[in-house]
Amino acid sequence: MSTADPAFPAPALSADPALAGPAQAGPVLVAPVRRSPARAWLRLFGAELRLVFWRKRNLLLLAVTALFPVIIGIALRVAAPHSRGGGNGPGATFFNQLAGNGVFLAFIALSTLLILVLPVVVAVVAGDSVAGEAGYGTLRYLLAVPAGRSRLLAVKLAVIVVFGLCATVIVSAVSLAVGAGLFPIGPVTLLSGSTVPLADGLLRVLFVTLYVAAAMAALGAIGLAISTLTEHAIGAIAAIAILVVTSEVVDQVPQLAAIGPYLPTHWWLSFDSILRAPVDTSTLLKGLLSFGVYLVLFGSFAWARFTSADVTS
Amino acid sequence: MTAVSSTALTKRFRGGQLAVDHIDLRVPDGSVYGFLGPNGSGKTTTIRMLLGLAFPTSGQAELLGVPMPGGANQVLHRVGSLVEGPAFYPFLSGRDNLARYDAADRTADARTADLRIAAALDRVGLLAAARKRYRHYSLGMKQRLAIAAGLLRPRELIILDEPTNGLDPQGTREVRALIRQIAADGTTVFVSSHLLAEVEQVCTHVGVMRTGRLVFQGALAELRRTGAARVTVQTADAEGAVKVFATLGLADTQAGPDEASAVLGDAEPERVCAELVHAGIGVRGFSVAAPSLEDLFVGLTGEGFDVDG
Repeated sequence: MSTADPAFPAPALSADPALAGPAQAGPVLVAPVRRSPARAWLRLFGAELRLVFWRKRNLLLLAVTALFPVIIGIALRVAAPHSRGGGNGPGATFFNQLAGNGVFLAFIALSTLLILVLPVVVAVVAGDSVAGEAGYGTLRYLLAVPAGRSRLLAVKLAVIVVFGLCATVIVSAVSLAVGAGLFPIGPVTLLSGSTVPLADGLLRVLFVTLYVAAAMAALGAIGLAISTLTEHAIGAIAAIAILVVTSEVVDQVPQLAAIGPYLPTHWWLSFDSILRAPVDTSTLLKGLLSFGVYLVLFGSFAWARFTSADVTS
Repeated sequence: MTAVSSTALTKRFRGGQLAVDHIDLRVPDGSVYGFLGPNGSGKTTTIRMLLGLAFPTSGQAELLGVPMPGGANQVLHRVGSLVEGPAFYPFLSGRDNLARYDAADRTADARTADLRIAAALDRVGLLAAARKRYRHYSLGMKQRLAIAAGLLRPRELIILDEPTNGLDPQGTREVRALIRQIAADGTTVFVSSHLLAEVEQVCTHVGVMRTGRLVFQGALAELRRTGAARVTVQTADAEGAVKVFATLGLADTQAGPDEASAVLGDAEPERVCAELVHAGIGVRGFSVAAPSLEDLFVGLTGEGFDVDG
């Protein structure tokens, strides 16, 4: 019986620090290659973009988003003579203009999709961002790589913003294409009555698109913050969608008008300020300020939460 | 230097449960350290704290001499890990999954990524399945892919949490062979398991956890030494044998119907046998046996469902 034999030769030897040599013998590979942080950041950003944009579900969402302007355009073309003067809000004004100019399909599509479709598209990606990783368990491995908690969160937010921008640009671009195909295109008559050249009108479409993308970026930050609270992506997505609808409903209640301007959705449709001459910059700036505040506030909340919470998934 | 060390590392969950209770880990450089304990004894929570995934309630931990979790970004790229089972994106191939983790490593060179990924896949025998979606991997393949992720770069330390969980005996053998290879390269391996038998053959050192406390730590040989060898004699005169044991100063004497036993201690078995014969005890059989490692392990951790937590 040699159970008490102290000599356990091979293992005891490998405990010798001298044998730890091989790990250090390959410093060429072991030593961190001094690379610019920006490039490493871009690499993770690229990988994250690929992951989000190659995912079938997300591509399907973008495809559906692109389909909406087509459907709206065809429907309005078919119903054009009867649709004048119906409804209210900025959308209704756009409807009246559409018959005269296809460019307005972009504004109609954006204001229609801003109610639910675009927010849900952003909610899916934002809600999934951290909660999805936690649900798969990949979050613990990303952090053990180490991706860096702050860095990972920053990349996640950047990709959400890019995805929101992409969805918004798709709506505008498809609308312009469909609008040009189904309706006359020419100098644009603004909501304030004056007419500007087509190029000016298209520039305004671009600004409207960027404004809406900014609104979606703010929503994305809220979504990211919610996403850090759970490991159930569906729950986070639903919570964001409910938040949007609640905000929109509360914004419609006259008795609650006092809090209206502070709601996350309040300034979304204010992009019609861009379609006036002169442009109503004070409303636009208030809107952008609101988006900025929400972005910073919820971005900070997400950061505070994500950098201090135990990863238990 | 110690590859992993901790001082009074403690984790209390929000519910008040003490998951890890003041443990002082010392994992020597170049060792294969078996981190043993029943399920729920705090092994995974400890590993999560070592990797900076969970924050300790109190106490300190160091990986390769760098304090955690503060030094995570400085040290974790030198550490490969498998924590609580594999986790990958089911809709990506094995290769793309590894590429995703590699892209997150700010110190990894993108130009060598393809080569390193192929090498890691080859090492765990998954090169042929590299383009297959993770969703279609078998349990063993998933486990091996997780180990491949830990091998994407040359590491100084590999932390493997229950690497043989859910594997068939064949897969278990493969993982053991991999651990041996990794250790042969000079990499320190910290491997947790609830089964001593699975790691016993590859470990040089062990730490044994029981309900959040580290109840033993040291070289495997030291653990063996803690098991006191017993001398047992088969005889018709058990009472007489016990008396002889007593005169020899042996402790913990026991007399059965046809045998007597005692802790051997420093006594020479030859002398014990001679004394028995000299005292006229009819010796039918004589043996000296130490408890198996398994017995020692169970003694430390409690038996089966007796384990609390």
